[in-house]
Amino acid sequence: MKLESKIPTGPIEKSWDKHRFDLKLVNPANKRKFKILVVGTGLAGSSAAASCAELGYQVESFCIQDSPRRAHSIAAQGGINAAKNYPNDGDSVWRLFYDTVKGGDFRAREANVYRLAQVSNAIIDQCVAQGVPFAREYGGTLSNRSFGGAQVSRTFYARGQTGQQLLLGAYSALMRQVGAGAVKLHTRREMLDLVVIDGVARGIITRDLVTGALEKHAGDAVLLCTGGYSNVFYLSTNANACNVTATWRAYKRGAAFANPCYTQIHPTCVPVSGEHQSKLTLMSESLRNDGRVWVPKKKNDARKAADIPEDERDYYLERKYPAFGNLVPRDIASRAAKQMTDDGRGVGKTGLSVYLDFKDAIARIGLDKVKEKYGNLFDMYHHITDENPYEQPMRIYPAVHYTMGGLWVDYNLMTTIPGLFCLGEANFSDHGANRLGASALMQGLADGYFVLPYTIGGYLTGAKLPKATTEHKAFAAAEGDVVKRTQALLGAGGKKAPAAFHRDLGRIMWNNVGMGRNAKGLQEALSKIPEVRAEFWKNVSVVGEAADFNQTLERAGRVADFLEFGELLAQDALTREESCGGHFREEHQTPDGEAKRDDTNFAHVAAWEYKGAGAAPERHVEPLTFDNVHIAQRNYA
Amino acid sequence: MNITLKVWRQKNAAERGALVDYHVAGVVPEMSFLEMLDTLNEQLVAKGEDPIAFDSDCREGICGMCDLMIDGQAHGPDKGATTCQLHMRRYKDGDVVTVEPFRAKSFPIVKDLCVDRSAFDRIQAAGGFVSVNTGNAVDGNAILIPHDKAEKAMDAAACIGCGACVAACPNASAMLFVAAKVSQYALLPQGQPEREQRVLAMRDAMDKEGFGHCTNEYECEAACPKEIKVGNIARLNREYLRATLVSDY
Ligand SMILES: Cc1cc2nc3c(=O)[nH]c(=O)nc-3n(C[C@H](O)[C@H](O)[C@H](O)COP(=O)(O)OP(=O)(O)OC[C@H]3O[C@@H](n4cnc5c(N)ncnc54)[C@H](O)[C@@H]3O)c2cc1C
Ligand code: SF4
Ligand code: FES
Repeated sequence: MKLESKIPTGPIEKSWDKHRFDLKLVNPANKRKFKILVVGTGLAGSSAAASCAELGYQVESFCIQDSPRRAHSIAAQGGINAAKNYPNDGDSVWRLFYDTVKGGDFRAREANVYRLAQVSNAIIDQCVAQGVPFAREYGGTLSNRSFGGAQVSRTFYARGQTGQQLLLGAYSALMRQVGAGAVKLHTRREMLDLVVIDGVARGIITRDLVTGALEKHAGDAVLLCTGGYSNVFYLSTNANACNVTATWRAYKRGAAFANPCYTQIHPTCVPVSGEHQSKLTLMSESLRNDGRVWVPKKKNDARKAADIPEDERDYYLERKYPAFGNLVPRDIASRAAKQMTDDGRGVGKTGLSVYLDFKDAIARIGLDKVKEKYGNLFDMYHHITDENPYEQPMRIYPAVHYTMGGLWVDYNLMTTIPGLFCLGEANFSDHGANRLGASALMQGLADGYFVLPYTIGGYLTGAKLPKATTEHKAFAAAEGDVVKRTQALLGAGGKKAPAAFHRDLGRIMWNNVGMGRNAKGLQEALSKIPEVRAEFWKNVSVVGEAADFNQTLERAGRVADFLEFGELLAQDALTREESCGGHFREEHQTPDGEAKRDDTNFAHVAAWEYKGAGAAPERHVEPLTFDNVHIAQRNYA
Repeated sequence: MNITLKVWRQKNAAERGALVDYHVAGVVPEMSFLEMLDTLNEQLVAKGEDPIAFDSDCREGICGMCDLMIDGQAHGPDKGATTCQLHMRRYKDGDVVTVEPFRAKSFPIVKDLCVDRSAFDRIQAAGGFVSVNTGNAVDGNAILIPHDKAEKAMDAAACIGCGACVAACPNASAMLFVAAKVSQYALLPQGQPEREQRVLAMRDAMDKEGFGHCTNEYECEAACPKEIKVGNIARLNREYLRATLVSDY
């Protein structure tokens, strides 16, 4: 396998324009001859499907939920970045580029990140034009706030529901094309395999989740826009249906999987309350603009927050990082919280949380203003915990939230399988080892609205694609594989629900491959995961039939894939002998406990190639060079 | 605590359904209602029994996927909350709770508690958009929108498309859902060019899908987890009237 990144040469400011010019165009009359299969209807999938249909391609769109509008992007709260510099506070494309490369701890491709910053402004314009109700100033202009460790105000938002509004915008564009007959929509469908003919992606196998029927779909290109794999940890801020299945099955058909160990743990989530917990809820990072994070100075301090005097509180982020204070990047804030709880200074019943306190903000700007800014978040917190954050500090703890790793893609967003593209959170491209707040929404929409619609044309004109129909034997073979797998799940005849195995895996992942990783723990994970997997195939109970609406079967398939994927994640973490961004190897830290990168040996992307069941995957390397941003130790102090 | 559930079980759209009793032990107040159902399902699966099918995804009140009728109330007893946001601290030991699907002619049952709400997607496809192709936009600040207008539009845009308004309405009308979308665009300058066309097309699609008419029962507003106001329905009616008067369609 060769990793050809296809990064344009020349000055970075010109590379995207030049690349676009160099891409061959598809004759308008020919576009309708090409069929594009788009899996996923989140920001990336909806925007790509709508934009491709507008260009004249035939598009088919697939999603797991009963409506495209319910993709997990809907849950994003805080906002979306762009380099508009409307507040006149010194922002620019270059600064957004710089911050994102640095925020990613120098593990992303410069050229990709530059392009992302470049198209960011067009995204805001497009969304406004669609009627996305962004927050506005009294003069009618767009509002901005600072977010997630940025020193400029470049984040656009729609209350605490930015993802919802952006997705509804993309969904409206998609439904317009559905109404016009340009997109064929398939809801309640799960992609279970990729069909590769002569080394080229030519179709997918899906399961109709209502009838259980397997379906074959042929096309000229396949776009995977299937989101992230946070749920490998069982508990995360992701929705229940988020999974690794589509990208994992593509990996097993030859697509390289890049940097699986880059996972983001978000510092401000509602803490775990018990075994029954099915998900963790994010409390938007914007809260850190006004809330102050603290723990008691004394260990095992059982007093109520209100009874702990000011001088016995440790505002540890402000103490350790005076320049950024409570606004340090996520990986740093999360790790600091873990250090505090490891040190016995955590709060709450379990000792596994820290305070996020609004007392001073209420005194400074008033209760009404705090309500206006964060009311919906406070209500959400109150609903879940039964504690009133206006009266006592919130309790928060880090939780798995986002995955920077994903299918390896070149500058055109194409994977190592020609014709298979990957967009949004599902690819590995732009965030390096740590994603900054408000940049995932930006990336998903950049990929779907402004990158893929160009690059796909370059592929389709260049590729000599013989006609492929679902009659081809590769379709029958892939379908056969799916049937076999389904039968194995249904036939295991065990006693334990798939969800219980998912919890077992999650426990291993969180304890050994979570916020602090070390060789011993990772090796332990690598021996335990196969044990759970073996028990799964022996003892899983999947009731019901294949040809029916069967949610246990759906869950079992996803858990089975997580049980394979978790091992690759742990192995990637073990091999990366450095700390960077969200990947913290305890062996590699500075004297004051900060992540220590090893740029000599690890300034590269690790892309894993599947070598068959039971065989060790092969690790390929794409070196990263930094010609525009001076590579340096991140310093937020 | 121990809870007794009476749950609607129905194999598929064609077969008849019925309420079945289940006893759930070991329920704790911190559990969400859906986590209580998860616990029950896990026990059923371990015993080899068919678990209860129900829809949910985000489990934080934003995706609109969850949709249960709990003791006859869409999304259960909490005001301004979805089913997934309901917690068991609302209940006490020994309570008997009836759980049914959202019922409406236009939302056929798929299985047990899951229904088909694709009618909403078809209404949206009929006109719930601004026709602006990718790349066609002017600078975001070239369109000025007064703060209050933007806030009002946002109030309407907060709809999560869950269908509780339909399930709660004695006529199974989708007026609140349609009104929310029409209002969002009617309030914004971006929505003006297609203003008449949109309201006519969406209302028409709504009728074709077999939703009932609005007779001002206000049950929709009471059930709506996003507290979308019935005032939007008044706006929808005005928009509709206006469109029939001024348009050439
Ligand atoms: C709680 C929360 C808050 C967030 N807040 C922010 C924020 O403020 N700012 C920001 O920039 N980012 C935020 N993020 C991150 C951001 O929301 C996501 O990274 C982004 O929305 C992902 O979009 P996507 O289109 O790649 O995937 P998703 O929106 O996850 O969509 C995935 C799609 O793929 C489909 N799918 C998946 N697997 C299959 C399959 N096998 N077959 C068929 N279909 C499949 C699903 O049905 C769905 O339609 C947040 C994330 C979370 C969890
Ligand atoms: S108006 Fe309210 S009840 Fe109706 S679909 Fe929207 S959010 Fe649900
Ligand atoms: S599961 Fe998403 S709103 Fe309830």
